[in-house]
Amino acid sequence: MLQVAQKTDDYLSRFAQVEARLAGDGAAFLLPIRKKAIERFAELGFPTTRDEDWRFTNVGPIARTAFGAATRDGEAVEAQQLATSALLQADWPRLVFVNGHVAPQLSSVGKLPGGVRLESLAAVAHADPEALQQHLARHADYQDHPFTALNTAFMEDGAYVHIPKGVYLEQPIHLVFVSTADAGPVVSHPRNLIVAETGSQATIIETYLGLGDGVYFTNAVTEIIVGENAVIDHYKVGREAQQAYHVGTTQIHQDRSSNASSHAVTIGGALVRNDINTVLDGEGAQCTLNGLYLVSGRQHVDNHLRVEHAKPHCDSREFFKGVLDGHGKAVFTGRIIVRKDAQKTDAKQTNMNLLLSDHAQVDTKPQLEIFANDVKCTHGATIGQIDENAMFYLRSRGLSEPASRGLLVYAFASEAIDRIQPQLLRAQLRQTLFDWLPEGHRLQDAR
Amino acid sequence: MLEIRNLHASVEGHEILKGVDLTVNAGELHSIMGPNGSGKSTLAQVLAGRDTYEVTQGEVLYEGRNLLEMAPDERARAGVFMAFQYPVEIPGVNTAYFLRAALNAIRKHRGLEELDAADFLDWVKDKMKLVDMDERLLNRSINEGFSGGEKKRGEILQMAVLEPKLAIMDETDSGLDIDALKIVAKGVNTLRSADRAIIVITHYQRILDYIVPDFVHVLVDGRIVRSGGKELAIELEEKGYAGMEQKNAATESIAS
Repeated sequence: MLQVAQKTDDYLSRFAQVEARLAGDGAAFLLPIRKKAIERFAELGFPTTRDEDWRFTNVGPIARTAFGAATRDGEAVEAQQLATSALLQADWPRLVFVNGHVAPQLSSVGKLPGGVRLESLAAVAHADPEALQQHLARHADYQDHPFTALNTAFMEDGAYVHIPKGVYLEQPIHLVFVSTADAGPVVSHPRNLIVAETGSQATIIETYLGLGDGVYFTNAVTEIIVGENAVIDHYKVGREAQQAYHVGTTQIHQDRSSNASSHAVTIGGALVRNDINTVLDGEGAQCTLNGLYLVSGRQHVDNHLRVEHAKPHCDSREFFKGVLDGHGKAVFTGRIIVRKDAQKTDAKQTNMNLLLSDHAQVDTKPQLEIFANDVKCTHGATIGQIDENAMFYLRSRGLSEPASRGLLVYAFASEAIDRIQPQLLRAQLRQTLFDWLPEGHRLQDAR
Repeated sequence: MLEIRNLHASVEGHEILKGVDLTVNAGELHSIMGPNGSGKSTLAQVLAGRDTYEVTQGEVLYEGRNLLEMAPDERARAGVFMAFQYPVEIPGVNTAYFLRAALNAIRKHRGLEELDAADFLDWVKDKMKLVDMDERLLNRSINEGFSGGEKKRGEILQMAVLEPKLAIMDETDSGLDIDALKIVAKGVNTLRSADRAIIVITHYQRILDYIVPDFVHVLVDGRIVRSGGKELAIELEEKGYAGMEQKNAATESIAS
């Protein structure tokens, strides 16, 4: 415990060092927030498995590692390397960040319609801090979440996306966060703010990508504000490197009649924790939280969902699927809170897991807190293995054992991939799934 | 083509097959009839390679090879096909893809060129007419939401597509209405050929009104107690299985 306390002190002393520089950087309103956040972090410390929200996820490896601040080493990443591994699309407006800092030479914003803004958060904080003041750090909770507190204290860059009233953005916006950590353990705190005004519509894709084999820690926070009657489809694709740690919060705030979806696909990373929180804060709002995690080796993936029904007549749908191999571990927590006024809530939660190995492990837990009396809440969780009857059926028709297994895993996971709307992203993730599967290359045309 | 010698098989320590002997040659259609629990399905499953059954004695030769040492998929690629009594629903696996993957696995084994999606579609459409199946079923998941009759016709379709050398129909006729039964029978009759052997395992004599077997065997309590021509099925219809069992004691004493 002493060791962990020391690492907490590392962050506190580093904050003291950077405070002066951050203070002079335009967004004056942020400084007191940063200070409150770091103070809160000092009080909370790193979570332990004694904390209910972290019961199955031990962040000891993160707490014990001395991470240096990530350098602005964008030049080290070549566009070509990125194009193949981050699966960039020429048509998609994109911002690329390397080790937490925007890399203009890799980014391509192009001409955006209707006054849409897609800019580096650092640049906006410097030049136009008023744009951030209304929402930045107002939604993601740094009082009770130590990692969000850290991010809030140290945030420097990320994406600022603003979709004006009534604007429909046809192409998805792609935010790519690349980490290179060959020079030793580094930490970055990407921070994104996405504001969709009344009646607007857009798709946002966040890709987290590790290049190289080093140890690094990405501590990301994305706040998404979905205005009245606006539609936001959000995707978070985690392709972190094998030894990487990723803790990220997606915080969604929804206004009346808005429609938001957030899909979390996790493939890489040694230890990954996704907090996905939605507040349905206006009548008739709908949210869909989907996810897929492919876990192998000694990976640990924790998806922690919190849906708060604050107003009446809101619908929420959660659909998470996981495939676990090797000594992989996964955690799913689905907390649904229905406030007293949120009558006619309709909430549904599904978490399905497929274990491919005797050593893989899943902890899945629904948590319903219902304070209204006229609601519909259902939840279901399954943990299963490959169906031996189905295996025998496929093999009895001539498909080899690995091909049959691959086909059944594909069939299980593809249900989550089918829910991904942008056709290019869907195809990419299908390919990722094939690459992950045993003999997956033989399944490429299984549709 | 197939030689079963003194086959004994158990499941969870219970002996179900207690010494089955059967020889099937190319071009022949054999019908194995028997009451519930006689071991009909066990025999089919053992031949297809289901590992829940343990073979404790005896041997099975398929084209001179030890069939029991072959994995289920190896058997299939070598030309063995079993139509399941209860075809398995596999959500998320597209029927057309599955059939093509199976066909190509077998074609590859036979040294034939694999079919691409377009060629396969031509191939399968012809076969679907044989069993009166709607082409739209190809785009659905395997057996998912199929009616009982559709599932059984699907098995015949698979047999027609995969062109096995040895086909074992495990109670494909059970639970079918007369129209579906006729379609299944038509499929089987069309697939009869000089280089193919078919074993029709059934509980009911009814299907033999539409499929005329060369040989009929009666399986009771894990043994074949009578073998004969198609007239045996008629005798069975009249006397029932109980009559057969008595004969069994007699034939056994003669044999020993």
